[in-house]
Amino acid sequence: MTEVTMNIWRGDSNGGNFEQYKLERVEGEVVLDVVHRIQATLAPDLACRWNCKAGKCGSCSAEIDGKPSLMCMTRMDTLPNDTITITPMKTFPIIKDLVTDVSFNYVMARQIPPFTPGKPQPDGTYRMQQVDIDRAQEFHKCIECFLCQDVCHVIRDHEVNKLYYAGPRFFVKLASLEMHPLDTVDRRALMREYLGLGFCNITKCCTEVCPEHIKITDNAIIPLKERVVDASYDPIAWLGRKIRRKSKMTAQEAYELAPARVAPTSLDGIPATAVED
Amino acid sequence: MNIVASDITSQSFDILIIGAGGAGLRAAIETRSRGLSTAVVCKSLFGKAHTVMAEGGIAASLGNVYPEDGWKVHFRDTMRGGKMLNNWRMAQLHAQEAPDRVLELEAWGALFDRTEDGRIHQRDFGGHKYARLAHVGDRTGLEMIRTLQYKAISMGIEVFMECKILRLLTDSSGNVCGAIGYWRPSGDLILFKAKAVILATGGIGKSWKYTSNSWESTGDGHALAFQVGADMIDMECVQFHPTGMVWPLSVRGLLVTEGVRGDGGVLRNSNNERFMFNYIPDMFRAETADTEEEADRWYADHSSARRTPDLLPRDEVARAINSEVKAGRGSPHGGVFLDIATRLTPDEIKRKLPSMYTQFLELAGVDITRQPMEVGPTCHYMMGGVRVDAETEAATVPGLFAAGEVAGGMHGANRLGGNSLSDLVVFGRRAGIGAADHAEGFSGTPEPEMGQALEAANEAMRPFNDENGESPYTLQADLQDCMQRLVGIIRTEAELRQALEKISELKDRLGRVSVNGGKQYNPSWNLATDLPSMLSLSEMVTRGALERKESRGGHTRDDYPQPDPELGKVNFVQRKRDGEHSIQPEPLLKMPDELKALFEDEH
Repeated sequence: MTEVTMNIWRGDSNGGNFEQYKLERVEGEVVLDVVHRIQATLAPDLACRWNCKAGKCGSCSAEIDGKPSLMCMTRMDTLPNDTITITPMKTFPIIKDLVTDVSFNYVMARQIPPFTPGKPQPDGTYRMQQVDIDRAQEFHKCIECFLCQDVCHVIRDHEVNKLYYAGPRFFVKLASLEMHPLDTVDRRALMREYLGLGFCNITKCCTEVCPEHIKITDNAIIPLKERVVDASYDPIAWLGRKIRRKSKMTAQEAYELAPARVAPTSLDGIPATAVED
Repeated sequence: MNIVASDITSQSFDILIIGAGGAGLRAAIETRSRGLSTAVVCKSLFGKAHTVMAEGGIAASLGNVYPEDGWKVHFRDTMRGGKMLNNWRMAQLHAQEAPDRVLELEAWGALFDRTEDGRIHQRDFGGHKYARLAHVGDRTGLEMIRTLQYKAISMGIEVFMECKILRLLTDSSGNVCGAIGYWRPSGDLILFKAKAVILATGGIGKSWKYTSNSWESTGDGHALAFQVGADMIDMECVQFHPTGMVWPLSVRGLLVTEGVRGDGGVLRNSNNERFMFNYIPDMFRAETADTEEEADRWYADHSSARRTPDLLPRDEVARAINSEVKAGRGSPHGGVFLDIATRLTPDEIKRKLPSMYTQFLELAGVDITRQPMEVGPTCHYMMGGVRVDAETEAATVPGLFAAGEVAGGMHGANRLGGNSLSDLVVFGRRAGIGAADHAEGFSGTPEPEMGQALEAANEAMRPFNDENGESPYTLQADLQDCMQRLVGIIRTEAELRQALEKISELKDRLGRVSVNGGKQYNPSWNLATDLPSMLSLSEMVTRGALERKESRGGHTRDDYPQPDPELGKVNFVQRKRDGEHSIQPEPLLKMPDELKALFEDEH
């Protein structure tokens, strides 16, 4: 039986350092199993989040040997080294050990005008063809692990941008609403003027770390960017809108529909203090 | 540390909902839409509740695939699946209202898989006569919780995340009007005052070693309700899902959706035999295929063939697998084989069962498009729970309501797959209405007794005062081992008595548990505060199992292998009065004749 050394960041908002734990390897284990064994034997107060242990809930996000990953879906035998380093997600403030304060995401969720369907069929139900919902269903696979938010340079490297940038998770959410066959709200101006869609410079880091393999950049962000550009500059789009089910809304009009307006703090749009990545 | 009143902050709401899964959120949507201030508290982050793990679908007789389906058929299936122990009125309301609740989810943005003509597609599942489960591939629970989550957000509902409730609080006349808990990130105490409290805390699986449930499923709601004197029913009825993963050990118990069998997967033993044909009980013989040829034909056409025994209700399949393994016909890691690869193409499997494909490939190194899965029973679901009024979900203690898995009665002795997601939204909504009516009729302000809060808080903090006691992890492991070995899928009097002794010993040891480190996000302390619920729950299950001297649904007694018609007429009711834990049989609600007629073609 071989040994493995787990190098885990321990600390809180005041700082911390790495602690090393040596354990025997057990066949078939994932990183989260090893963390649980450390809790049960060596460090009972080692903090980490987890729930389903099956890649379905998105709770146990961390950075494993530098790569944002779910601890429950990372098999130990896929990691080449005998020393494995686990750190908390860098983009969010530390609460303790591997647990971070992800409330940024819950604040951002309230900025988005909710799903608003059109009228149903006379029998009160809706009709949609499978082919028309395939793309939105891809976005609904999101488990809100926030690894895409963690890896995104726009907020990972520039704290100030969190005020003006929804991040990949919420571009996926916005794309799922934009491409929902029943939705009637036009969020394009809002995305451009307040939610920072333009900041994304399509490096595809988010797509690489997505445990649900959602093609965030290609299928969500780039089509959103195209639609936003169409809405703003393209005269042909006027005709398109005539046959779209959505009537054009200004950013302000769309924002009025959002559940809350916490960030961006300014209703004047994205100011010069935001940093281009 | 000694806690005094000034250590506790308090907040007031009209309604307090404990649990943010499907039932809690659906209840919150209802109370908020009535204009009542509503707080939802949950132990994890918002959106991570166990509902997220539901896979196969939500049962509702929409009749989109089989127009001959309707609420009466669904009702009959549910009662028969529950071995007639169900609260018939709950089963009726559930069958009648489930279609509206599914359509409501769609109107709130859920995207279910579609039929050719653009309606909601429905899939076959165990015990349901017709294809009845609205679904999204094999991640229906995720779709449901996300839909409810964003609906709640759009209504401005306040969700207090990572908050553990320690005890329900009553006023001087015994009305439930609040709760005390602590924030997991800080360890600080919080007291909620409310005119009505809804329990929506979900399940109990964490008291067993192999379970499909997450760490949150510690039976908190069951224990909280019992402690304030609520009636608890059918606590012996625990469902072991027939198909959990068995290997690798670290994922043993993880759920393999019944949708695999609904979409054509079959069970085989090590002799490559489809053994389920040897386990068809009399109750289901008339409607179950007895040859492989007929069973195979059924998948394409339900009218000319009878259903495959692979899709018998879960209790039957779980017992059959258990027997095969015991008889030495199991798979290498102690399960049986579940094979979908011989019926569906790789593309179909990846489209219909995407998360099963990923789960096996990434965690077990098994490609289910080419190889069979190894599966075995896993502790999955609690049929028993808080006794509620079918219409309002009111518990037997004033001010307290319960919905979802924590409530008892709806599923009788065994739950059909797909009936839990529909249970959540049907009774979540009804609990919301019931609690809202109660709150609106409440005069004055809620005055929970501070003494109760201080007692609970000091009890929770006690493990910090003792540095050299026992680790909560050891205690948890011992409890899980005890329940797995002695109160598992097949039970006997001697083992149940042994379990009760062990639980009593563990309760003593609970008083000597100690934790190191601070209050801030300390998982060992968090576990220490979950242990009282786990022990209380385990005791109720064991006592119920001892009393029910028969085999019925999820409860199987090796020493009483047959159902006893007399015991089929009673619930075992457990309650606490003046510190005394009692258990006694009480007659089931009497079903009206027009509903009884639905079962008259039976012996």
